Amino acid sequence: MTWVGKALARKEDHRLLRGRGRFTADVRRTGLLHAAFARSPVAAARIGAVRAPDTRAVHAVFDAESLGCADVLATLHRPEFVSTPMPVLARDRVRYAGEPFAIVLAEDAYTAEDGAELIAVAQEPLEALASMCAALAGEPIHEGLTANTFLDVFPFEDPDIDRVFADAYTVELEFRSARVAALPMEGRACLAEWDERDEQLVVTVSTQVPHQVRTAIAESLWLPERQVRVLAPDVGGGFGLKCVVGREEIAVAAAAYRTGRAIAWSEDRVENLTASFHGHEQRHLVRAAFDEQGRLLALDADIRCDVGAYSVFPFTSGVEPLMAATELPGAYRVPRYRARARGIATNKPPTAPYRGVSRPQIVAVMEGLMTEAGRVLGIDPVEVRRRNLITEFPYTGVNGITYDPGSYTESLDRCAELLAGEERGPLRGIGFACFNERTGYGTEAFAARKMEFTPGYEIANARMDPSGTVTVITGTSAHGQGHETTLAQVTADRLGLHPDQVRVRQGDTEATPYGWGTFGSRSAMIGGSAVRSAADRLADRIRRIAAHLLEVTEEEIELSDGKALGRDNSITLADLARLSHFQAHRLPKGVEFGLEVQAGFDVSGSGTFSNATHGVVVELDPETGAVRIPRYVVVEDCGTVLNPSIVDGQVRGGVAQGIGAALYERLHYEESGQPEVASLMDYLAPTAQEIPDIEIHHLETPCLFNETGAKGMGEGGTIGAPAAVLNAVNDALSHTGVRISEIPIRAETIQRALEGACTIRT
Amino acid sequence: MHDPHLITITVNGTEHEVLTESRHTLADLLRELGYTGTHLGCEHGICGACTVLVDGVPARGCLVFGVQADGREVRTVEGLADGGELSDLQRAFAEHHGLQCGFCTPGFLMLAEAFLAENPAPTRAEIREVVASNLCRCTGYQGIVDAIEDVAGKRAGAADTGTSRP
Repeated sequence: MTWVGKALARKEDHRLLRGRGRFTADVRRTGLLHAAFARSPVAAARIGAVRAPDTRAVHAVFDAESLGCADVLATLHRPEFVSTPMPVLARDRVRYAGEPFAIVLAEDAYTAEDGAELIAVAQEPLEALASMCAALAGEPIHEGLTANTFLDVFPFEDPDIDRVFADAYTVELEFRSARVAALPMEGRACLAEWDERDEQLVVTVSTQVPHQVRTAIAESLWLPERQVRVLAPDVGGGFGLKCVVGREEIAVAAAAYRTGRAIAWSEDRVENLTASFHGHEQRHLVRAAFDEQGRLLALDADIRCDVGAYSVFPFTSGVEPLMAATELPGAYRVPRYRARARGIATNKPPTAPYRGVSRPQIVAVMEGLMTEAGRVLGIDPVEVRRRNLITEFPYTGVNGITYDPGSYTESLDRCAELLAGEERGPLRGIGFACFNERTGYGTEAFAARKMEFTPGYEIANARMDPSGTVTVITGTSAHGQGHETTLAQVTADRLGLHPDQVRVRQGDTEATPYGWGTFGSRSAMIGGSAVRSAADRLADRIRRIAAHLLEVTEEEIELSDGKALGRDNSITLADLARLSHFQAHRLPKGVEFGLEVQAGFDVSGSGTFSNATHGVVVELDPETGAVRIPRYVVVEDCGTVLNPSIVDGQVRGGVAQGIGAALYERLHYEESGQPEVASLMDYLAPTAQEIPDIEIHHLETPCLFNETGAKGMGEGGTIGAPAAVLNAVNDALSHTGVRISEIPIRAETIQRALEGACTIRT
Repeated sequence: MHDPHLITITVNGTEHEVLTESRHTLADLLRELGYTGTHLGCEHGICGACTVLVDGVPARGCLVFGVQADGREVRTVEGLADGGELSDLQRAFAEHHGLQCGFCTPGFLMLAEAFLAENPAPTRAEIREVVASNLCRCTGYQGIVDAIEDVAGKRAGAADTGTSRP
């Protein structure tokens, strides 16, 4: 009997369903002050002195000078990258509308907001550079930049590539994706307080990366890390927005340190949309060379990412361009490759690694090229894909990545077969996206990016208490993924326990080993492996003790059903645990005291690739240009499935975000850098009316080099959906001659295309 | 800017006499009273995370002032379970993976609770339409729709065979 693979009900649900979860804003303290931020109304200006309001309602106001924090610095150690500091509160200059320049403290949140509105600052407007074009032509927005490029890199050169294009069929594509918001339902939030007894700043934060928040706060206040404790309680979604450290979080911590008072801040939705972190604003100019059989010969890409005004901690502004350039070839064999990638600084909020990180874009590019090549060469686009997919593993690509075994062709064939009976025609189209997703980047893979802070490994503790129940403590940090359940399943199997006897703890830098948190689809793959290794170590110690007590060899001991079984005798783990703690004189000689172990895990090489094919049927409404999705099929392979209902939930939620990006979501800015989207009236997050039921089929190619066989799968849904939807809409528009290569696909664009092809209406 | 009012509000059957500022929302008032299961997701009436029942009718807790709930009966997510025992609707959300991070969940539960009281035998399309009142960023909605459909079916089945509703 194993627990891994079972659709076990989530351990998290009992509290969350009764409203008994503990989110950051649910934590309260006596004497608590509330913070609000005064933010720049303009996108670019020099600023002078901050004038605090003359009102007794406000307890305190800090500006950059009085708060006294070191700037946040996120660095890549590569010559093509320019490091630029991000002050915790804007000093001398503001670089986007919504940038905080003062923090206001008051007795309640309403009064704090009143106070923030009354704060004045002298401004001398500067020219706002709100688009990549304007930024490339304009004055650098940071000292130290010679142009508005944080990163300008040619990671793959090929001097002969033009000759390949000269003799081949060339398909060109200009693809654009809009700036979008991750939009976790809980915005960012924190509560900071000084604990005099522990001489420690205790900061509760809605974050995916507690240890990295600790580092940022400690470095900003010149404190040793021991003097900062970061707690992540229940976190209401993150999607990458919360895997970087917000300057507001540091400011609140600093204000608590300076005042000695407990201080809380909750981001409102306006701040979340206009002043937190965005993502995915990219423009790709790509050409691909094919032979007449539709085989890809070469790929040449110019990738531009609008990364906003600052480089985020710890990932830097290089994360989107480097990901896009490195991973563009994707699931395909690309013999020759040239790429240039830029992270362009603009007067807009900074970008974070939002779910998918450049993969939704590069998959849309590759799948657009495959579809277009099929059209140009008169070959079925599914067949073009089949001819180019990687089929032999391991495969080392032109990008230096080694791809571990997957089911690329199988997933494509299965998906195509499932949609074979679907009708196509004017207004009704089918689209596919076949892709892989690198998951579980280990230290070596991240080191290739040359980050000052190089994530990768994970550590877990496993501890059996005297009553025989197990606590697993690890540095991954769930925010909806259900780790309390899946990691308990992994542990239970190794120790012969029921998952109810295993408690998983995360989100406390004081309690957990050092960890990198949860992002990049790493937790099951790397964190799960660390947990399994720790559970195995604990099992080894238990076996040794049991063998001594039962007078058999360690190899004869089997852990099952809460017992250690010997030859014809047994001891319950509860009895063994009690004895191990309370009667240590009965333990075998040389065994360590206590039942607590630690194990770490890391992945060498390129990491592991999950893969999937999405197939979607769309119907266009000629009156409104609206897109309806009658059918959506996912055939995915994430290796060993730890918990199928959690995996399916991740796929469905990911697809919903991908459909949102494909059809609705867009953070538009005026030329002056003013945000046009500041509420959910304007930011169209998809509802249950837009998102169809998603049909999911699983293939299983286990990861060969981790402990669980699981590959990451937190982002795949978001990665595949924009490409599949875009291809399906273009298929439905094929009679019009219009091809769309921009997301979100706007209803007006479809309407206009259909009006142009007026014959189809009769 | 102080304008306090003394009001009486009944939450999940418990009467509270409370001094509240005129501009404080019902959601904030409930949270101050300790009913922190009511979450604020947008504070402008779109996301529905703060949905509570006021005299049995779903309302956005962020669009109602606390003072407007004077003399009213309010039901929040904390009032659904019988002690530690989950209601059929809560159980169905767990069984159908209708939640992930759980932040929007209280709003969906209260919405569904009122909807099923009004329309005990909805079609799947009707369920989708109502579920579209609120936003969830994690689940893609399918599990939520499945859960509500399942509860409607089971309650109807229980009514047909004459057993009492759980």
